[in-house]
Amino acid sequence: MLEIKDLHVSIGGAEILKGVNLHVKAGEVHAIMGPNGSGKSTLANVLAGHPSYLVTSGEAIFEGGNLLGMLPEDRARAGLFLCFQHPTEVPGVRLDHFMRAGYNSIQKSRGLDEMDVLKFDRFLNEKVGIVEMDRNLTKRSVNEGFSGGEKKRNEILQMAIFEPKMAILDEPDSGLDVDALRIVAEGINQLRSPEKALIMVTHYQRILNYVVPDSVHVLIGGRIVKSGGKELALDIESQGYDHIEKAAESLKSSR
Amino acid sequence: MTTANQVVKDVAKQDYKYGFVTDVEVDLAPRGLSEDTVRFISAKKDEPEWLLEWRLKAYRHFMSLVKKEQLPKWANINYPPIDFQDIIYYAAPKTKEKLESLDQVDPEILKTYEKLGIPLQEQKRMAGVAVDAIFDSVSIATTFKAELAKQGIIFCSMSEAVHDHPELVKKYMGSVVPYTDNFYAALNAAVFSDGSFCYIPKGVRCPMELTTYFRINAESSGQFERTLIIADERSYVSYLEGCSAPMRDENQLHAAVVELYTADNAEIKYSTIQNWYPGDENGKGGIYNFVTKRGKCAGDNSKISWTQVETGSAITWKYPSIILQGDDSIGEFYSVALTKGYQQADTGTKMTHLGKNTRSTIIAKGISAGHGNNTYRGLVRVMPKATNAWNFTQCDSLLLSDQCGAHTTPYVEVRNNTAHLEHEAFTSKVSEEQLFYCNQRGISTEDAHALIINGFCKDVFKQLPLEFAVEATRLLEMNLEGAVG
Repeated sequence: MLEIKDLHVSIGGAEILKGVNLHVKAGEVHAIMGPNGSGKSTLANVLAGHPSYLVTSGEAIFEGGNLLGMLPEDRARAGLFLCFQHPTEVPGVRLDHFMRAGYNSIQKSRGLDEMDVLKFDRFLNEKVGIVEMDRNLTKRSVNEGFSGGEKKRNEILQMAIFEPKMAILDEPDSGLDVDALRIVAEGINQLRSPEKALIMVTHYQRILNYVVPDSVHVLIGGRIVKSGGKELALDIESQGYDHIEKAAESLKSSR
Repeated sequence: MTTANQVVKDVAKQDYKYGFVTDVEVDLAPRGLSEDTVRFISAKKDEPEWLLEWRLKAYRHFMSLVKKEQLPKWANINYPPIDFQDIIYYAAPKTKEKLESLDQVDPEILKTYEKLGIPLQEQKRMAGVAVDAIFDSVSIATTFKAELAKQGIIFCSMSEAVHDHPELVKKYMGSVVPYTDNFYAALNAAVFSDGSFCYIPKGVRCPMELTTYFRINAESSGQFERTLIIADERSYVSYLEGCSAPMRDENQLHAAVVELYTADNAEIKYSTIQNWYPGDENGKGGIYNFVTKRGKCAGDNSKISWTQVETGSAITWKYPSIILQGDDSIGEFYSVALTKGYQQADTGTKMTHLGKNTRSTIIAKGISAGHGNNTYRGLVRVMPKATNAWNFTQCDSLLLSDQCGAHTTPYVEVRNNTAHLEHEAFTSKVSEEQLFYCNQRGISTEDAHALIINGFCKDVFKQLPLEFAVEATRLLEMNLEGAVG
């Protein structure tokens, strides 16, 4: 579904990603782990088309198409969804109107029926349960005055509404207490399916107890230094990133 | 990839949809302004002597202001001096006789209104909306007149009112905006040609929206209309004005006066969608919109509400104001002003609290794009006898480019210490993060702008009558259309 080859990305002249390779198939869940500043969020944002990042070389093929050549809205319409780490506030724009605008523009781009206000309202009523979100929250301005937990739930709610082929979740667990984490993780699990893929960017292992990954990749200094199964996440938890980094370096120098 | 900066840079370049010219034979006053011009206009309208006298007094007052160079210079706008002798003060489509029915109206003019989306023909009229159509200096037609008359409502052109209801015109005209009020009000009183007149009798709730649509067509002409709305005790009316003009390289002057009057327990809701030609992308041409609008809540417990959506004109200079004279009276001002290209707007309101327990609300939203310059100017004045006066003011600005300007100049003058005043203001920019967030949900940059701007204007749009709220939303979107992405 997604093939990333030797991806180099810089921001403001500084190179953040220094040759990332990743292959994700339908039905898989990949966790990208790494210390702060390793380039995890850059990877998530650049795949979604954030205008601040500059791709200097490499490619990303999504569903057979050149992802990096597409406008961000076209990536979304092609089925790529980014669950933001820090979703922005859009004052004055009601959340339900915002979601309907996005939903309809995606439907339209695929030649499918758009939903009127009433139909979308019913649709939304069904979906809010997935993240146990208060329906009244969707009548407020997008993310304005939302708590950290409400913002995260809102992102997962939108993921449920857009039903993307591939969702990239940028630290969906950060700042959540145990209960909120469970709700968010269960929401994510409900959206797993054999046709869909997930990339989960996270600093900590704990969410992986709920959303069990097929592969874990460790991103350090802009490169994936180690890949493995779900047990790799537990190694990181017990030994820390330093250990992994050193092990990877010694492996490289012994070659 | 299109960056947010590129996007907003383009917002300035728009097509003006209503810029066509209608080809009709016109009756023009000789170019320039003199006592003869005033007499010419008055004679054309077959006016009574008292009105001619009033016009001449206004004319002399105006000329004395010109001589003393007392032009209003305090506004935050720039334009070359206007040559008042180079304007044609009266332009009217030629007609044989007084029009008895629409069949006698030049089909070209009917077509014009149809193109503007305002059909005047009986079978195509908008349900629930009565329209007075003003073309250059004269009223072309007023719809639903007979139906309104059944309830005693008078809705007609000012020229007709002068003949048919002179007692009302004489009593109220100039009572809210006297000709001595300001420079352009004096000019208007001297040369006003037509306008709408409306009287709602005691206890009547006007069953439909009343609308006046102003169209400037003739070249080198100015439009100087005068509107007067009187709501008698316990009555209610919702009124809307719309306007547009052809695209021309020259600047054309529009100096209107609007007077509103409410008696005890009466309410007037006045909405404006102003879409005069704004000039081209380099700032050439466009309408100078210098308008005096004022309402007087004369009666106790009466209410006046101004709502304006200002998207057109090269320059807008306008301060719809309210004198809160009756005890417990309420004044409201809701405004959205969009400036793009080289447009300039200096707009706001003046709330004068005279009576006890009077309340006023001001919500002003300025949007600037391109090289547009937007100023909110407001005055809240609480006089000594206005105990327990209350005001809430909110003036917000949204910036869409790096070259545009937003200014707020709120003045407050309180002479009664029981007054309660609140003021809020903020300025914001559409950020790259907001646009990216919208894009990531499949929304194009152009639609994202529209969504954010509509959200910004929501508090004002919801004050408009429903069908016009839709029109206002569309108008704003159209103003940003094709420019982004």
